[in-house]
Amino acid sequence: MNNPIVFAVVVLTLLGLAGGLILVLASKFMAVYEDPRIAEVTACLAGANCGGCGYAGCADYAKAIVMDGAPIHKCAPGGDKAADSIAAIMGAEAGDRPAMRAFVSCNGGENCGVRFDYSGIKSCAAAAGVAGGPTACAFGCLGFGDCVSACKFGALSVQHGVAVVDRTKCTGCTACTKACPRGLLKMKPVAPQPAVLCRNKERGAAVVKMCKTGCIACGLCVKNCPQQAIFLHNNVARIDYTKCNGCGTCVSKCPKKVIHFMDGGPTSVDAPVPEYAVL
Amino acid sequence: MSANIATFATILFSMILVNNYVLVQFLGICPFLGVSKKLDSSVGMGVAVIVVMVIATAVTFPMQIFLLDANNLGYMQTIIFILVIAVLVQLIEITLKRYIPALYNALGVYLPLITTNCCVLGVAILAVQDYGGDVAEYGFGFAFAEALVCAAGAGIGFLLAMVLFCGVRSRVENADPPESFKGLPITLVSAAITSLSFMGFGGLVENIIAALL
Repeated sequence: MNNPIVFAVVVLTLLGLAGGLILVLASKFMAVYEDPRIAEVTACLAGANCGGCGYAGCADYAKAIVMDGAPIHKCAPGGDKAADSIAAIMGAEAGDRPAMRAFVSCNGGENCGVRFDYSGIKSCAAAAGVAGGPTACAFGCLGFGDCVSACKFGALSVQHGVAVVDRTKCTGCTACTKACPRGLLKMKPVAPQPAVLCRNKERGAAVVKMCKTGCIACGLCVKNCPQQAIFLHNNVARIDYTKCNGCGTCVSKCPKKVIHFMDGGPTSVDAPVPEYAVL
Repeated sequence: MSANIATFATILFSMILVNNYVLVQFLGICPFLGVSKKLDSSVGMGVAVIVVMVIATAVTFPMQIFLLDANNLGYMQTIIFILVIAVLVQLIEITLKRYIPALYNALGVYLPLITTNCCVLGVAILAVQDYGGDVAEYGFGFAFAEALVCAAGAGIGFLLAMVLFCGVRSRVENADPPESFKGLPITLVSAAITSLSFMGFGGLVENIIAALL
């Protein structure tokens, strides 16, 4: 013990051993039982921690599935694959799994007029809060890209002043729908059906002054739709996707070019409707 | 008694404001920059740091006096403190998980992050440095209490710095700095300015406490 080096080594070794022993005993006596399925379910999820399911992250959602019986199809990035493998673990049916993708229900951007020059914080939420927003249309896209930063998958971009969804990258997590202060991001079935890219509730005469591509509620699409899938609501055309078969008549009839195909081309009116296009 | 209260109050407030670990002594910068993006995570981190700092000091201070100083092993301070604090944080984590799950869920993510954080080790070492000498003069109890108050003050100072900087950062996020300043550079610049504001507290606390009591 007279050798200080030996003494120091002994003290440190003893302290280390004591600490190790305490931790081993503690983890043994204070172990908490955790359902092993939680780890398995977590492994099935996409692991993006996007929060689209409404839980704090993938691990939190997995815990909610195992402990509280949460629905298992909420992981949009994981898609059917994740839901199927979770169903295998939990021994439950996968249930309803709507395959939805986001789209921006505005195609104003550069087509839309400007009420005043805005030079504040570059954020849609901030711009929307200043005197109702700088765009002439009180319903249209502000183009600062709050949705772009909300998207974890790089599916959104602002092009010509309006946000655009790349539906090949979109996973349907719905994070962007919460980010838009004007609620322009909507979910639409994956099937190639047209979408109405306007939310302006004003009457037609007022819309014409604001935006070159706004819905004027003329009703041409309603009259021409062979499926009676389109109706007017608050001066905007709306499509009932349970009836729409994606024929594209409305796309060609719309005088203001408000109705667009979001992905895939129009199918010929005479052609038989493909199986996957009917929901 | 009044003199004791004055001493403790001076230690507490000078640790929070004058000798703020993050903004004046520049310890614990990594969690300060890393976890200050959101208010709830910066508060969680701050509270976890307060808990760990106080418990770590409560263990390392007597250890220094009775084990290291008594055996002339003062030079082993750093390595032994790291060992003890690492074990301690693990132990706190296991205990919380077992007995107080709610607190574990709130602090759980941040506890392993501060296992051997420099500000936790810093408060353990600086408490010994500053108040270890008082053992001979005022007795162990008083010096130990001083060290604990110092650790609590350091933790509260850390929480204060985190919350303040989180506010600064949320403003900076919404600003539109030049391209080359975006991200970390502008964060460091704003951290420097926040730190500058704390320099103004130098010499203030002792006089205020003396005037109050």
